[in-house]
Amino acid sequence: MNGVLAIMSRELRLAVRQSSDSMMVIAFFVIAVVLFPFGVGPEPQMLARIGPGVIWVAALLAAMLSMERMFQADYEDGSLELLALTPVPLELTVLAKVLSHWLTTGLPLIIVSPLLAIMMNIPPEGWGILILSLALGTPTLSLIGAVGAGLILGARRGGVLLSLLVLPLFIPILIFGVGSVDMVLNGLETKAHMLLLGGIFLGSLALTPWATAAAVREAVA
Amino acid sequence: MFHRFANPTRFQKLSKVIEPWALAIMVLCLGPGLYYALFSSPVDYQQGHTVRIMYIHVPSAWMAMFCYVAMALASAVALIWKHQLADIAAKATAPIGAGFTLLALVTGALWGKPMWGTWWVWDARLTSVLVLFFLYLGYMALRDAFDDPARGAKSAAILSLVGVVNVPIIKFSVDWWNTLHQPASVVRMDGPAIHPEMLLPLILMAVAFKFYYIWLVLVRIRQEIMAQRVRALHQREASA
Repeated sequence: MNGVLAIMSRELRLAVRQSSDSMMVIAFFVIAVVLFPFGVGPEPQMLARIGPGVIWVAALLAAMLSMERMFQADYEDGSLELLALTPVPLELTVLAKVLSHWLTTGLPLIIVSPLLAIMMNIPPEGWGILILSLALGTPTLSLIGAVGAGLILGARRGGVLLSLLVLPLFIPILIFGVGSVDMVLNGLETKAHMLLLGGIFLGSLALTPWATAAAVREAVA
Repeated sequence: MFHRFANPTRFQKLSKVIEPWALAIMVLCLGPGLYYALFSSPVDYQQGHTVRIMYIHVPSAWMAMFCYVAMALASAVALIWKHQLADIAAKATAPIGAGFTLLALVTGALWGKPMWGTWWVWDARLTSVLVLFFLYLGYMALRDAFDDPARGAKSAAILSLVGVVNVPIIKFSVDWWNTLHQPASVVRMDGPAIHPEMLLPLILMAVAFKFYYIWLVLVRIRQEIMAQRVRALHQREASA
């Protein structure tokens, strides 16, 4: 447990000292969403209709942009090998890194999302569920993305490859995340979508660390 | 059993025996299958002649899933027992599976246009099969992305195991969500809900597709073994 905390505090300290990395993810998120009113026209009804989907897609792409770096820097300077050699099981190490990734990218995205909801003219009754669905969905993105980030270590054109590997797997989260917001905006019950999002999260929490650890082990072997 | 056929020479001997038989069964089923499917089977009372697309569409969709499961199983065997031939089998299966998936998607679109009035709908079955196609592409891309082929093989094997979650989603997508795509009508608890005169060509085509896969995958595995031997010879030559 101490080892896990040590890894997390290291990750977070690194993230704080290079806070521009997190800031760039936020900036990408905001700019990507801001492009849409220019692309589809600024009619408020139209923006409110597509808003939840646009915010979710932008959040997903922003989270993915930072995923490549999850293990890459440690892999290049050799510290990943040392992390793999510590007595802490690699599965837990991976989980600590995933949690740090979510704290430094997923959480900021959630904090900014109400601002974007206002800009996309989403009615106030949708804000809460947007934040809630992102809070339940973005950890899953980090968990699944970590598998891809581990698999592409040392590959040529890793970043592009990562998007091909993980974006298809993100589709269910996108469907239920956007679906839950749309349900609330149309005055419908959203419990089923939230339960599915939660179920996907718990499933990935239980299963992906094994796959990620296996991928990282192949990379440092 | 696994390790008996881990020997490439023994495997090649066996596969040379199986290959002509697989090819023969495929041809014997494909001929009558196509005849029944395209000419002699009854037209659907609602769909007319477009129902004949089914005899290509359904077997390719079955094969798309079968190939993925076969690829994932072979990958698991390769990962667990470091079984070289299983790894080659997974590699040989991927493009075939991707081909069947594309065939299922394209014939589905051609069938969807006259029946549903649209080439494509974003329902669960179609989306999950599209994801399957991307998984095949990702598997092949990941395999090719490393300078060290052994590393690419292992990474791709892990990816194929992660992607297995998609297979039950495809299978049950028509039961879990309301969709335009019709639910399973052949493999059901209370027997097939399809007329025997339509079932016969469908089964013939399915058997033909299956043996086509067996034949093709054996040829591809033999080809890959030979390619590896040529590579090894080149390396020996270069280092000598």
